[in-house]
Amino acid sequence: MNFQIAVLLGQDGITNGAIYALLALSIILVFTVTRILLIPLGEFVTYGALTMAAFQSGRSTGVVWLLLIMIVIGCALDIRNLLKNGYDLRKVQWIILKLAYAGAMVALTQLLTLSEIPMFLQVILTMMLLVPVGPMMYRLFFQPIASAQPLVLLIVSIAVHVAMVGIGLLLFGPEGGRTQPFSDTVFRLGSVMLKSQTLWVIIVSIALIVFLFLAFERTLYGKALRATAVNRMGARLMGISPDFAGKATFALAAFIGVLSGILIAPITTLYFDSGFVISLKGFVGAIIGGLISYPLAAIGAVGVGLVEAFSMFWASDYKEVIVFTLIIPFLIWRSLTSHHVEDEE
Amino acid sequence: MKSRYVITGFIALLAVAPLVLPTFQITLLNYIGMYALVVLGLVLLTGVGGMTSFGQAAFVGLGSYTSAYFTATQQFPVWLEWAAGSPWLALIAGVLLTTAVALILGALTLRLSGHYLPLGTIAWGISLYYLFGTMKNLGGHSGISDLPPISVFGFALEKNEEIYYLIWAILLLAVLITQNLLNSREGRAIRALKGGQLMAESMGVNTFRSKLIVFLISAVFAAVSGWLYAHAQRFVNPSPFGLHMGIDYLFMALIGGVANVWGALLGAGLLTMMKQWLQDILPFIFGDKGNYETIVFGLLIVFIMHKTPGGLWPILMHFVPASLKTKKKLLPAATDKHAAAPDLPRRTQPEKGDLILEARNVTRQFGGLVANKEMNLQVHAGEILALIGPNGAGKSTMFNQLSAVDTPTSGEVLFRGQSLKGISSRQVASLGMSRTFQHVKLLPTMTVLENVAIGAHLRGDRGIISSALHLERAQEASLLKEAERQLIRVGLGDYLYEEAGSLALGQQRILEIARALCADPCMLLLDEPAAGLRLKEKQALAELLDKLRSEGMAILLVEHDMDFVMNLVDRIVVMEFGEKIAEGLPQEIQTNPAVLEAYLGGAE
Repeated sequence: MNFQIAVLLGQDGITNGAIYALLALSIILVFTVTRILLIPLGEFVTYGALTMAAFQSGRSTGVVWLLLIMIVIGCALDIRNLLKNGYDLRKVQWIILKLAYAGAMVALTQLLTLSEIPMFLQVILTMMLLVPVGPMMYRLFFQPIASAQPLVLLIVSIAVHVAMVGIGLLLFGPEGGRTQPFSDTVFRLGSVMLKSQTLWVIIVSIALIVFLFLAFERTLYGKALRATAVNRMGARLMGISPDFAGKATFALAAFIGVLSGILIAPITTLYFDSGFVISLKGFVGAIIGGLISYPLAAIGAVGVGLVEAFSMFWASDYKEVIVFTLIIPFLIWRSLTSHHVEDEE
Repeated sequence: MKSRYVITGFIALLAVAPLVLPTFQITLLNYIGMYALVVLGLVLLTGVGGMTSFGQAAFVGLGSYTSAYFTATQQFPVWLEWAAGSPWLALIAGVLLTTAVALILGALTLRLSGHYLPLGTIAWGISLYYLFGTMKNLGGHSGISDLPPISVFGFALEKNEEIYYLIWAILLLAVLITQNLLNSREGRAIRALKGGQLMAESMGVNTFRSKLIVFLISAVFAAVSGWLYAHAQRFVNPSPFGLHMGIDYLFMALIGGVANVWGALLGAGLLTMMKQWLQDILPFIFGDKGNYETIVFGLLIVFIMHKTPGGLWPILMHFVPASLKTKKKLLPAATDKHAAAPDLPRRTQPEKGDLILEARNVTRQFGGLVANKEMNLQVHAGEILALIGPNGAGKSTMFNQLSAVDTPTSGEVLFRGQSLKGISSRQVASLGMSRTFQHVKLLPTMTVLENVAIGAHLRGDRGIISSALHLERAQEASLLKEAERQLIRVGLGDYLYEEAGSLALGQQRILEIARALCADPCMLLLDEPAAGLRLKEKQALAELLDKLRSEGMAILLVEHDMDFVMNLVDRIVVMEFGEKIAEGLPQEIQTNPAVLEAYLGGAE
């Protein structure tokens, strides 16, 4: 291996690592606030990438129908609750707003010629279609059992993932998707080539991490979410709705997932079922961070990306084996540091 | 007894199935049987032991590939050639290999709490799957073909109708073994894993060992299923051992009912049939072929988790009329047989008046907070000592130091002359100290008798294998007899077969005392034993403790009920702000000015 290959691999590793870091952060975010391990996060990545790919190739996607169905079912449940608990003007307004949004999305996707609008708008539209799927997912699948045991939440999370993969196949078909890069510029740093897409990934990731940091440290809503993470009951008594906290974190996680998908779509070909392995690598990072520490998780995730890239060079057949056995030392460390007997109530 | 007829009928139906059903249905039944074997392991692991694994498919793969490697590849070193070609030797090798791998993985991951275990299983599930696909001498992604059929007594099981009998015989055997195991001393320890680990440890159960055992059993079941699979298909490749299959196994367990042995069969059956049916029907709806059944399964599991997290088996049982259900009796033919069972040996009790427990200058700090400061106390055989004090005085912390749940920052605790420094609560139990809990810790779905029998865990020694084969019935009868004796002694003799969770709180506290007594201790630590008891019950409890004292038991209790304490105990230690403020006879304590000030506030 010479210097140039090392730089190339390092570039690859950091690009993927940045994506894994973003995913690890949203995994920890969702976990601390809701106690849910968001396995379907990977599906947001693939949906984002494949929706963009479908836009650009002029194929129609059914993503908007998924959104519509979820919103309609969610609103039906809301209306049932309204009938049970009595009329509430604000909730009625919300229902109308949500239905109107779904209607607008259907109209937009049907009326626009999606392959001809600027890429910037394609990105925005993908976001508008997919990010609301996050909170709706929370509303339909997790909110009714928000106080269940962590194990039940995990199983539901896996089940939702399994269903989402099947739906992905239905929406996008078995073919892989790849999109045009944001720009074709190539930078030269001495003898080293830097792809602009790589820079995009890194810049956006860093920007997002800074944004998350500010949002959580400096805003009231961020503090409310953190309060929920620390003590659900206490937060509830302070007037923070756990339903709101759940939906908000799912929206944020969906946003990060979809954005990650859009970012890497020009670099790697994604298939309807690629999401799982991607999000698992985010999980490896999150585990390295002990499911608590954001900076450790981010560093761990970048490490995962680098290990993956370099093992691709030395032992490409065993790439996945190496990446997933990475967590074993951390599991050992965890098991050595936590020696008390626990009763899970 | 009636459930026995149902099972006999079920077996009879199974036996004639190949004679009447077409091959296709038999093949399906074969799959159901092989899946159910894996799911049975999961029931044990997840439903009973409370540990979730997504990695069972990898163990199935280990069993399959070992057999394939043994019987269908010609890659053996010369000295091992004699072993090649025989599926039975391959089975032994597969089971051994799986046990070894499971031991390593278990040692690595089973100590982890909460989410790390399932995530860990996902990680090694994927790793093993990729290994199967990449190792050249395992045929890569195309796998290994031309496996020989299994022969039983020289008769080769080539057709599906033939191996069918082997599959179902093994499955039913596994069900039997599992049920035997669960109704035994080791089984009680395993059933305590879900929600009762702290309690079990203080009764002397090595919970990590129990976890590892369940994990190994479930892995071996999976490996045997894999062995059957390899020789039923006569061909192996990596795809049936991937994570998606690991998830499917867990789904089967959840659909059927993860807490019940028969739920495994139900779940495996339902999921397999539904998959078949959906694969026929969905392409017509969605227009083309694909794994669309995953959508249905995913949503179905969500629905089941929302509506009936216990799976479908409990619902099914709901429709069975009560007259058909046999009430759960643990003892073979109950009373007369175990009246004849020999008594358990007892430990040599100390002489009355011997020093049993001593705290020397015990100090416990949590950061800047001094919860206990320079505490000294002594308990002798045949004496009841009460530890009292206002809320927040540090009584519970002291209790934890004395029972070796926590270690003092400085000073030491001596039990029968032996320092408790660095000793686990499990070892303390074996030394003869037995305790109850302030917040009652029992296993609500187990019977009162079984709950109490956990207390006698260290007085039995028969292990997993004799439990699984029910070779330990004599000892089991002695253990249950002891549990019954203690229950009668504390006045719960009428409730032996009730669910422990159905007792009133006061009775549950008494049950804890019976459980502690079952360990044949020489020292009892009781944490607020009279809380929640009615007057009559308090009187009965006082009588019981008085009797134990006269037999030479050393008793320490933390209590708030002053009437109860003053009329019963020999000496009292009073704590406030982590320090001992008074010690003496009840009458002295009642007039001690420092105590009065602590409880009632001083006159300024």
